[in-house]
Amino acid sequence: MRMLVTNIEIIPGKEIKQHLGMVQGNTVRAKHVGRDLMAGIKNVFGGELTGYTELLTEAREEAVNRMISQAETIGANAVINVRFSTSSVTSGAAELFAYGTAVVLE
Amino acid sequence: MAYLDLILFVTLLTLGYVVGQWLEKKHFRSIMEREERYRKLLTFNERFPPKGLKSVNVELVGGNVVISIDYFKRIAAGLRGLIGGRVTAYETLVERARREAILRMKESAHNKGASMIINVRLETASIAKGQKQQIGSVEVYAYGTAIIPG
Repeated sequence: MRMLVTNIEIIPGKEIKQHLGMVQGNTVRAKHVGRDLMAGIKNVFGGELTGYTELLTEAREEAVNRMISQAETIGANAVINVRFSTSSVTSGAAELFAYGTAVVLE
Repeated sequence: MAYLDLILFVTLLTLGYVVGQWLEKKHFRSIMEREERYRKLLTFNERFPPKGLKSVNVELVGGNVVISIDYFKRIAAGLRGLIGGRVTAYETLVERARREAILRMKESAHNKGASMIINVRLETASIAKGQKQQIGSVEVYAYGTAIIPG
């Protein structure tokens, strides 16, 4: 069964059978030199930095996937109340963090 | 050498101003047009789904964007930093990023056949923060739960 991931606490039409506690997933990404070069040019004109957008999208997916695999190992079938968070650990890198509550749904 | 530097600076400034303004106007036009298209898909930052919903599917949807400021505005904002006050250059930058991220979230929800998005949250990240050659850019991530009637 596919893991249900949502950021609300109550899922309409479904009941929570069991709470399994918090699960989390994170990843730290640094900027890429090639992508940076393009960003340098874009920096004159302004506008979207597509390379970075993709980088951060991939990073968030990765964090969510890690959270899901953690939830799977403890036998959950849904992660509710998911939140995203970011922090900068060192210059030029960002940490993306996803966390939520693992539950068993009816 | 000093002349060359000055010429480069003025060129970048002019290019940044002309192209930057043009790109920004184009982006705002595109934002407004798409906002109109997805007007029917309502978004709420309410935590709870409306009462009376029975057989629906829920799914996490999100959209993000990284937008950089142009050369002219960066210099202008730097000068503004000396006096203080309202920095209009960055206001439009952040506004564009937020509206674009929300639109991308709406687009992805629309493709999934959602009727509304609830519990919308906005997040920002910076990948270039704290560096010397800082790129004046902002990242916005919008996410929420899409309610898909099933």
